[in-house]
Amino acid sequence: MTEKVLLIDDEQDFLDALSERMRARDMEVTTSTSAVDALKMAKKESYDAIVLDLMMPEMDGLEALQEIKKNNPELQVILLTGHATVEKGIEAMKLGATDFLEKPTDLKTLTEKIKNAHTKKMILVEKQAEEKIKKILAVKGW
Amino acid sequence: MIGVRSNLDAKGWNTEIMGSLKPKFWDYQDITSGPARRMFNFRRMWKLAFFLTTGVALVPLISMAMLDYKVTQDAIESEILLRTSRLVSNTQRTISYFMAERRSALDLVVHENTFEILTDHAHLSKIIQDLKETFGGFVDLGVIDPLGNQRNYIGPYSLLGKDYSNQAWFKEVVAHGVYISDVFLGFRHIPHMVIAVKHELSNGFFYVLRATLDTEKFNDMFSNLEIAGRGDAFIINYEGILQTPSRLHGNVLEKLSLPIPEPAPKTRVLEWKSADEVSLIIGYRYIAGTPFILMVVKQKEELMKPWYTTRMEVIGFLVISIIIILLVILSGATYLVNRVYLADQTRIMTLHEVEYSNKMASIGRLASGVAHEINNPLAIINEKAGLIKDLLTFKKDYTKDPRLIGLVDSVLSSVERCGRITKRLLGFARHMDVSIQSTKLDEIIHDVLGFLYKEAEYRSIEVSVKIPNDIPQLETDRGKLQQIFLNLINNAFAAMSDGGHLNITARREDKDFVSATITDNGCGIPDEDLERIFEPFFSTKTKKGGTGLGLSITYGLVKDVGGTISVQSEVEKGTSFTITLPLKMEQKEGSKT
Repeated sequence: MTEKVLLIDDEQDFLDALSERMRARDMEVTTSTSAVDALKMAKKESYDAIVLDLMMPEMDGLEALQEIKKNNPELQVILLTGHATVEKGIEAMKLGATDFLEKPTDLKTLTEKIKNAHTKKMILVEKQAEEKIKKILAVKGW
Repeated sequence: MIGVRSNLDAKGWNTEIMGSLKPKFWDYQDITSGPARRMFNFRRMWKLAFFLTTGVALVPLISMAMLDYKVTQDAIESEILLRTSRLVSNTQRTISYFMAERRSALDLVVHENTFEILTDHAHLSKIIQDLKETFGGFVDLGVIDPLGNQRNYIGPYSLLGKDYSNQAWFKEVVAHGVYISDVFLGFRHIPHMVIAVKHELSNGFFYVLRATLDTEKFNDMFSNLEIAGRGDAFIINYEGILQTPSRLHGNVLEKLSLPIPEPAPKTRVLEWKSADEVSLIIGYRYIAGTPFILMVVKQKEELMKPWYTTRMEVIGFLVISIIIILLVILSGATYLVNRVYLADQTRIMTLHEVEYSNKMASIGRLASGVAHEINNPLAIINEKAGLIKDLLTFKKDYTKDPRLIGLVDSVLSSVERCGRITKRLLGFARHMDVSIQSTKLDEIIHDVLGFLYKEAEYRSIEVSVKIPNDIPQLETDRGKLQQIFLNLINNAFAAMSDGGHLNITARREDKDFVSATITDNGCGIPDEDLERIFEPFFSTKTKKGGTGLGLSITYGLVKDVGGTISVQSEVEKGTSFTITLPLKMEQKEGSKT
């Protein structure tokens, strides 16, 4: 199955290399160097997972995370950072991040996390669909 | 900081008594500079406190005592002089009266009786009988005509008809009308004296009545006198011949051993030092109308005796007071300055700790900043290298050179190693803040050894860690614990020569405590240094750049996490530090890094 992933990081070089490698592993990757642009993209399209750098100019990772979760709670966000602290990690998890990874990271680990996130999202979407069906059944019961 | 202070208290406990003999600050030498320098010169402070208080306390005391001494001495001396003077005056009055009485008696006799009656033997015999009975002391009585012939005589000797005309006394009585002789032996060989009075009739005729008196009555007056201070009262004549017996200064008619006082119209009292340094109080009076000088001699020492006793008591009291005052001031000053010293020491220690923790925090911030900045490019290298590897793997065009994949792999493993280092740096920085978390002792020790394993490898130091499985997780400050172990292991490395052995063991002490022991086989610590190693600035590595703070900070950190630290050491055999840690650290209110 193809995962649809949005990569957000202020380093273009990093994005290029990582996205190419992920595409080589059968993933549909979109990149953005700005959290603000990424938010717009997330609104327009649906992604299985968003990989977000914690420290960015303009809007940092935690703010972006909050924004994303506000608009679309079922979106799976994986935080990636070069400056991992326990507090930041806990804060991120509290805000609803799916996972937290330290740079430089192993692509294998990242891929696994994305796959997990995708599965999680599938379950959530299915649940939502089920609820919808139940609702319809309840309302339009005949 | 708390820990370090309690360390001082524990040390102070048994040196407190010794400390009051030789206080700790005495030998203190200020070697540091800057804000951590001592604010006071303790020795000078102590001296100032001691001498100032001593001066203020003792100067008035001693001057009061001296003033009192002088005043009472003067008072008692003038009292002695006054009393002597009074005694002399009274005695003089008695003697004058005695002499006047006898003279008056004779005067009465010559006035009441005519020359004819007096030359009558029976009559004169009756008169002397009466005189003996009424006055006493009359031995004989003679009547002498103007030519100096004794015309009548009643007495034990046959002196009738004796010619006195050439004798000095006769000329004297003719000239002055009365004569009182010195005491003399004469041919009777008993001391006696003579009183003679002249009676002049209106027709120019005169005669002399001469009486001899024994000196017994005279002497009685003195023997009855009570004189204090082994005193002596007697009469001398102008030549210094004793007229009455004295107790200490010779018998009757002997020469007085004291000098003859200079003539004076009134009673005089003077002090005189005899040849053998005995101080005498001499009161004297020239008795008018007689050749006599009344003298009262007292020994000053005897009179001053009661005062000397009182004086000794006062001086004794003064000396004891001074000793007590000195002791109190001495211990008071020492105690106070010691307190100031300890307070100052605490202040300096706090300053150093603050300085140190600031330094550590700065290093931490720097380290985390560097680590973060490096992590990003590292991530890029990682991904680029990963991409190259991907290309090599997926597209068969690039696999011509088998070395390529090996090169990429080595880049990737280097990136991984760099990542490990930056993560550890971040970990180090992260623990600058106080935070209690669940930690495993062996993890911490391995973390710390991770920093040091390169050095251990270079110097071929064998490190063995034995931590049993029953050590539970610790609820404690991980960063502090890391620092404690880092400091201790660093110290152990510094103490060991290449190829040493370092043993780290741990065991569970009881329900609430675990202990870890770090043992090296290095140079050891001599006994005299052992009790000071936790003191700040105590360093044997000063020449090699040691600050002397490592162990005191370690001590403080151990106290901060609620533990204790102890040390055993043997020179040339090695040192072992044991830290005991609580399983659950209690967060202290307002505790700081």
